[in-house]
Amino acid sequence: MYKKSILNSKKIKQLLFSAVFLMVSVLSLPSFAQEAAPKAEEKFNPKDVILEHVGDSHSWPVFGNVVISLPVILYTDKGLELFSSENIREEEVNGKPEPKIYQGKYYSYTSEHDKIVVVDAVGKVDEAASKKLIDFSITRNVASMWLGMTILLVVFLSMSSAYRKRSGKGPKGVQSVLEPLVMFVRDDVAIPNIGAKYQKFIPLLLTMFFFILINNLLGLVPFFPGGFNLTGNIAVTMVLSVITLVVVNVNGNKYYWKHIFAPDIPLWLYIIMVPVEIIGIISKPFALMIRLFANITAGHIIVLSLISLIFIFKTLWVSPASVLFVVFMDTIELLVAFLQAYIFTMLTALFIGMAVEEHHH
Amino acid sequence: MTGSIAAIGAGLAVIGAGIGIGQIGGKAVEGIARQPEAASKIQTNMIIAAALVEGVALFAVVVAMIG
Repeated sequence: MYKKSILNSKKIKQLLFSAVFLMVSVLSLPSFAQEAAPKAEEKFNPKDVILEHVGDSHSWPVFGNVVISLPVILYTDKGLELFSSENIREEEVNGKPEPKIYQGKYYSYTSEHDKIVVVDAVGKVDEAASKKLIDFSITRNVASMWLGMTILLVVFLSMSSAYRKRSGKGPKGVQSVLEPLVMFVRDDVAIPNIGAKYQKFIPLLLTMFFFILINNLLGLVPFFPGGFNLTGNIAVTMVLSVITLVVVNVNGNKYYWKHIFAPDIPLWLYIIMVPVEIIGIISKPFALMIRLFANITAGHIIVLSLISLIFIFKTLWVSPASVLFVVFMDTIELLVAFLQAYIFTMLTALFIGMAVEEHHH
Repeated sequence: MTGSIAAIGAGLAVIGAGIGIGQIGGKAVEGIARQPEAASKIQTNMIIAAALVEGVALFAVVVAMIG
């Protein structure tokens, strides 16, 4: 702390040397990406790869061919089935993917386009029984959501216990990173929009903000345990917007409902305004859902498409341009991750504020 | 002709988003030029409005993807 210059040249030189050494040593290793004997020239199909990365699946790829098989939990009309998804993962037999059939307690199962269907012993799909199958499996989205929740719980519980132990002293450690964010949500999002009654809603707003933020950010990390697409799953965003819908309408006071069903307008406009307002109750959370889903999914698809350019052209010389584009798009995605969390939280606070505000005139 | 009508629809929707966000950016920059002290407030509001306009354009992209 008492050095004359911040840039300590000896340390910088050591850092630079070790970085260059590591890069050169990696380049000299034999390349593991080539297969032993190339099969018949298959055209790279970017659409399948991208949809597989953006969608959900029953296994979680860790590194190359290493994959974590997540449990499959099925509720059939005869009872509960539980087995590892390794039993039904497709495997390559002579270059052609062959679906495996698993004999469960009640039926036999296989996975067709990543959806579990009931088959008989030969492999013919049994339509009627498949329709009655309810899939409660721990898929990649569920496991990654638990990971995000664990991170949130650990960080915030440790932060709150640190506040209790060091009450009155200045913030230290993770507190100093998160306290500005929490105060930003409180002072710039909750209080201006909700007004005096913000205390009741602050836990919800903070949870929404940090849940969306952490899942967006983890989705941008390219290696395990990141790289999943949770907030780009429309079911997840639907649940978040349903929470907004429920909270806004349960807390709506007399003036809120009066604005919707009996607004202060000339009588002949009622026939237009009242249906529009009623549709507006549903369409505002609907827009929240679509906005978050489309932004995050579109970002992931763009990054994956730009990387697929290398595989489509099959040359190494495309990679500098492609990687540069991808880095640029990823920086924008970082901004979008934070922005979408903020917009979702702010619009929720706005709707809550509209629901609880007192009559002015 | 390769591709589908859905791609044309998505492209048309993006025209609307481009015009909208361009207008927002232009007015915001004008506002900052007139009063540089309010730059950060103007910037915040610009980003919020841009995200809302982009949300509407992404409605159309989602419909194009599903169709």
